[in-house]
Amino acid sequence: MKEDLVEEILESVNLHRSFNKNTPHLIINANEVLSSHQVEGLIMEPEGLPDGVKAKLRVKEGVKIGSPVHLCFGLLPERGVQHIIMDIEIEDEAEVSFMAHCTFPNAVDVEHRMEAQIKVGRLARYSYFERHWHSDEGLVKVVPVAHIELGEGARFSTEFELLKGRVGLIDMDYRTVCQAGSLAEMKARIFGRKDDLIKIREAAQLQGEGSRAALITHIAVKNQAQAEINNEIIAEAPLARGHVDCKEIIQDNGIARAVPVVEVRNPKAHVTHEAAIGSVDSKQLQTLMSRGLSEEEAVDLIIEGLLS
Amino acid sequence: MVILEIQDVSLQVNSSLILNHLSMEFQAGYVQAVVGPNGAGKSTLASLIMGLPDYRQHTGDILFEGKSIKNLNVDERARLGITLAWQEPARFEGLKVSQFILAAAKNKDKKEVDRMLEMVGLEPARYRSREVDKTLSGGERKRIELASILAMRPRLVLLDEPDSGVDIEAIDRIFEAINHLKQDGSTVVLITHSPKVLEKADYAFLICHGLLVDQGETTKIMEYFRGKCLPCPHQNVPEINSAAVSGGIR
Ligand SMILES: Nc1ncnc2c1ncn2[C@@H]1O[C@H](COP(=O)(O)OP(=O)(O)OP(=O)(O)O)[C@@H](O)[C@H]1O
Ligand SMILES: [Mg+2]
Repeated sequence: MKEDLVEEILESVNLHRSFNKNTPHLIINANEVLSSHQVEGLIMEPEGLPDGVKAKLRVKEGVKIGSPVHLCFGLLPERGVQHIIMDIEIEDEAEVSFMAHCTFPNAVDVEHRMEAQIKVGRLARYSYFERHWHSDEGLVKVVPVAHIELGEGARFSTEFELLKGRVGLIDMDYRTVCQAGSLAEMKARIFGRKDDLIKIREAAQLQGEGSRAALITHIAVKNQAQAEINNEIIAEAPLARGHVDCKEIIQDNGIARAVPVVEVRNPKAHVTHEAAIGSVDSKQLQTLMSRGLSEEEAVDLIIEGLLS
Repeated sequence: MVILEIQDVSLQVNSSLILNHLSMEFQAGYVQAVVGPNGAGKSTLASLIMGLPDYRQHTGDILFEGKSIKNLNVDERARLGITLAWQEPARFEGLKVSQFILAAAKNKDKKEVDRMLEMVGLEPARYRSREVDKTLSGGERKRIELASILAMRPRLVLLDEPDSGVDIEAIDRIFEAINHLKQDGSTVVLITHSPKVLEKADYAFLICHGLLVDQGETTKIMEYFRGKCLPCPHQNVPEINSAAVSGGIR
């Protein structure tokens, strides 16, 4: 039966045709590991919890994992809670990229909590792309919390995408501490509809000399959806560089709020922020409407571009 | 056959009269030019015909194929086959050239994108995946605007200064595209103050200070425009040529 569940999860994230079982992966439904595959230098130790899965992931020193590691977190039932606890360590000079899919295709009332501790060692590289697949109706609560530590010269990037289906509630909290010469890039792209609620808190603390961070958030809300973005960069060391970029598009009765906080504690550090909240540009809208698109079609196409 | 009729249209913006009792008739299937100096009201007229929200408060009427379109929105007019290529086209962050062209296209086949790009002289492999954003040069953006118009196969197209920002070599491609539109049965309204573009028209209207000054064969209007308009400092309200009555090509 496990194969059927794997198939259903892969199909919901549109990977059922292209998925290769020999790529490193971990597929979870609710609190059960359905399938996993490790490769040399990558150690995954998942264990079941009553309401989820706890997993240790380690990439050994100097190992470069050639192909992306696929992580699928699914909750196929209509209702339930899924609690994922991840302890990730990328040892010095190791390199890995993750392609994560979170899928709740039948959700009526579902909650997905993720707690991650991530350590990226000296000169190591880590990239994490997370795409969410939600149903068009139904309520999904997504609560991801991550604490990230970057060693000297480490590079870390994470991207969160939720463009298709209802958001429901998303309450994200990511914090990163950066040592000398490290780079953190955190991006989120989310499209909220109806009464969706989007809350994002991202913070980077630039402790080491020459460390850098970019927090990029692109959100669109329409109907009655609401978004609140709190992004914070604190630069404590010389030559630290940071940038907060928050772009929110609102349509209809949506509400968007952006609170960028930048704090600099060293005269040789430099942090910038830009926040823009507004409706879809009227000239863009009229251009597409003059080609025969309805107002709604034009708005969706413009937003699709802005969040791409 | 008259495809578009402007009937005694006036438009006032912040107490200044930008279009002043304009009446014009555009004939189906021809290339017709609207010429005039800077600030004459050409782009305003185009915006008003397209039905852009800031230009809806005009007096008089606009008929398309005999029916008033005064109360129609931009997209409703577009679905009748009317479209406008902006003098300064909008930039779209994140939107690919191919998406932009296909959004307008009558034929949704992806090959249509390459065909249209070739028609305006842009190499498809280099442009189809680029974004319609600030990284395009002004001339490239104008040509992509035209490619999207070609894909739409409009009944009536208003081209607002199709040559502006376009280099000499590319201008010939723009002229070819205009010929293509005409052969395809579109009525083309060329808005310009360039004698070179004006040459491509079958007929021309001359406006200044929102007034129709003259209309007629292109050569005649060109002579008037070259002789009297280009050297004129545009400080005075123009004298209206007594022969300029509503009409168009007969
Ligand atoms: N929204 C507006 N508010 C105030 N004045 C306006 C507005 N729109 C246009 N105008 C004025 O109306 C006049 C006509 O402008 P329009 O853009 O139509 O000229 P044009 O003939 O297209 O000129 P150009 O050759 O420079 O493109 C100008 O004097 C312009 O400043
Ligand atoms: Mg103009």
